[in-house]
Amino acid sequence: MVRLSLAALTIALTSTTAFAQTEISWWHAMDAELGQKLEAIAQGFNESQDEFVVVPTYKGGYAETLTAAIAAFRANEQPAIVQVFEVGTGTMMAAEGAVYPVYQLMTDNDQPWDPSAFLEPVTGYYSDTEGNILSMPFNSSTPIMYYNKDVFEAAGLDPETPPRTWAELEEMSRTIMEAGAAPCGFTTGWVSWVQLENLSAIHDQPYGTLENGFGGLGTEFTFNGEVQTQHWENLKAWADEGLFQYGGPVGGADAPPKFYAGECAMYMNSSASRAGVIANATDFEVGFAPLPYYDDAIAEPKNSIIGGATLWVLNGKDEAVYDGVAQFFTYLSSPEVQAEWHQATGYLPITNAAYELGQEQGYYGENPGSEVAIEQITRGEPSANSKGIRFGNLTQVRTVIDEEFEALLAGNKTAQEALDAAVERGNQILRDFEAANS
Amino acid sequence: MQAKRTIFPNKLLPYLLLAPQLAVTLVFFIWPAAQAVKSSFEREDPFGFRTTFIWFENYQRLFADPGYVNALWVTGVFAISVTLFSMSLSLVLAVAVNRVLRTNRIYTTLLVWPYAVAPVVVGILWWFMFNPTIGIAPYLLRGLGIGWNHRVNGEQAMLLVIIAASWKQISYNFLFFVAGLQSVPQSLSEAAAIDGAGPMKRFWTIIFPLLSPTSFFLLIVNINYAMFDTFGIIDATTSGGPGQATNILVYKVYADGFLGLNIGSSAAQSVVLMLIVIALTVVQFRYVERRVQY
Repeated sequence: MVRLSLAALTIALTSTTAFAQTEISWWHAMDAELGQKLEAIAQGFNESQDEFVVVPTYKGGYAETLTAAIAAFRANEQPAIVQVFEVGTGTMMAAEGAVYPVYQLMTDNDQPWDPSAFLEPVTGYYSDTEGNILSMPFNSSTPIMYYNKDVFEAAGLDPETPPRTWAELEEMSRTIMEAGAAPCGFTTGWVSWVQLENLSAIHDQPYGTLENGFGGLGTEFTFNGEVQTQHWENLKAWADEGLFQYGGPVGGADAPPKFYAGECAMYMNSSASRAGVIANATDFEVGFAPLPYYDDAIAEPKNSIIGGATLWVLNGKDEAVYDGVAQFFTYLSSPEVQAEWHQATGYLPITNAAYELGQEQGYYGENPGSEVAIEQITRGEPSANSKGIRFGNLTQVRTVIDEEFEALLAGNKTAQEALDAAVERGNQILRDFEAANS
Repeated sequence: MQAKRTIFPNKLLPYLLLAPQLAVTLVFFIWPAAQAVKSSFEREDPFGFRTTFIWFENYQRLFADPGYVNALWVTGVFAISVTLFSMSLSLVLAVAVNRVLRTNRIYTTLLVWPYAVAPVVVGILWWFMFNPTIGIAPYLLRGLGIGWNHRVNGEQAMLLVIIAASWKQISYNFLFFVAGLQSVPQSLSEAAAIDGAGPMKRFWTIIFPLLSPTSFFLLIVNINYAMFDTFGIIDATTSGGPGQATNILVYKVYADGFLGLNIGSSAAQSVVLMLIVIALTVVQFRYVERRVQY
């Protein structure tokens, strides 16, 4: 009781002192543990100075947050900062009048700004063609593979040797099923992101023309190549055999329970799923591994690409607000804040300094597997195909990919037919975007 | 008897009295509807910087789009199935309750409960029961040799949303049917019984025709419900999938407009929906209200 009333008192006191401060609204899409962590960052900034107060507001999922921000912008009620997921990047970049580019914001407000401080795959994804970073990197992730060590052991496999290639993964899945250690080999979240976008990047296959869309609007999809088609054909065959179980469209809501319940031995999803995996995998030991690849398609797999979100600054606010936003971004990208966010959530450390700080703290030694994502995304020399992808209306394109994948699984289409159809429908969506933005 | 006429000496007063209602209609119906019609003729980027007037291109593309034709078809199948399924089942239940004399209040109360559940919650409940991974129903069905996975199988997904949507609507239909049955004079039934008509014959030749006003009213209400109020169920249970197998028109408006940010197409779709609602309303007032024998 005493503690409660103390808390109430503190809130009352802080809100009265906040009265004279400049308010910075921040719309975000992080719920549950991630949301609390995000609010802690805002609170940390608010306590570090008394000129500004950052007010985070949860606006629902990524798509809802973006829609809400756009509607608010049209009504002139926009927040200063909005968190937009990576597939919304193309949409935001095309909206030049709505966005205050972050590199400009930082220089206008005399804040330190060094693009080379950020991890290269992150900056590459969010820069314009001249190399200027347009939005503030915040939560970036990349897909990795989680596996159930207990199941591996029960099937007579070495729990410390996860599959490296898809051929090994197939073989091990079969062993696991035949030994009765688990009823399913593997499942995946985000089919479009993991089994197509990242697959293409890792195997150095173009996803679309004009450098995967970085070169401008007149792009066409090319993800119906040989490697992708072969992979989807395999997924279908594995699904029929029971080695692979589909976890549903978009993020794949059914995939995590399959892994948590010990039904599927392996599970591919964002590195930011780490917190959830650790919290839910209570009765077995979890292993972490990079995504598998086809060794007959590429000898040295390329880096994977990022997902997650960045913070966009919207136009139409007072100068004082932008001063505060710039200071907040400096706070946000400080090694301490970044390292803590990265370690608590599984998102990538977005600056090199935060990564180094984690190494100094001995975090990666104490938490085996926590480095897998960052090693995978920084391995090798990024090619034009593995730098990332950037297309307008990518949310719609991903829906199309999910639909065609479901048609493949239902046996209505072959892998080639499904991918060809996805390319054709996707190109139509790109033309719509082009027409609306030129 | 001569009808009384109220005469307002003040010319302004009637308009003032009507003003609140007119304002509500204007702000909450006419204005948004006009906006939708306007947007449906335009192509616009999400932020509204560039707007081009493109006449009927949104509509042309809509009807040329196999996805939209599919949504029309899916909506038809869904609406008809939900209507038939929930109406026939609630009629059976209503007839059964009407025959039970002592405990019918308890049955009635129990049967009305599902109506109090919000559509999204209904969707979540059924999603949970039929979840291919953690649901109880697929587990039981597997025991019977039936593989249930509505994530992949479009027909099963359709079946699931039909069951979920019907379940929710049964209570409503049931209440109206019980009320309807109670207003059928007992004497007609008894007279027929004396003439030697069995229970089935009595039901089909006497009770069912006398229920026709209730049935026609419910028919319209149910079609409306299945087409427009089931958004929450679809969203929570299948999100229109797999492969657009349960992508009904209302859901497509949302998916294209809110998730896809294609405002022009979404507006055109809502105008089409608006026309369908108008058509249904006309049918209800012109046909049902006037021609059905009471």
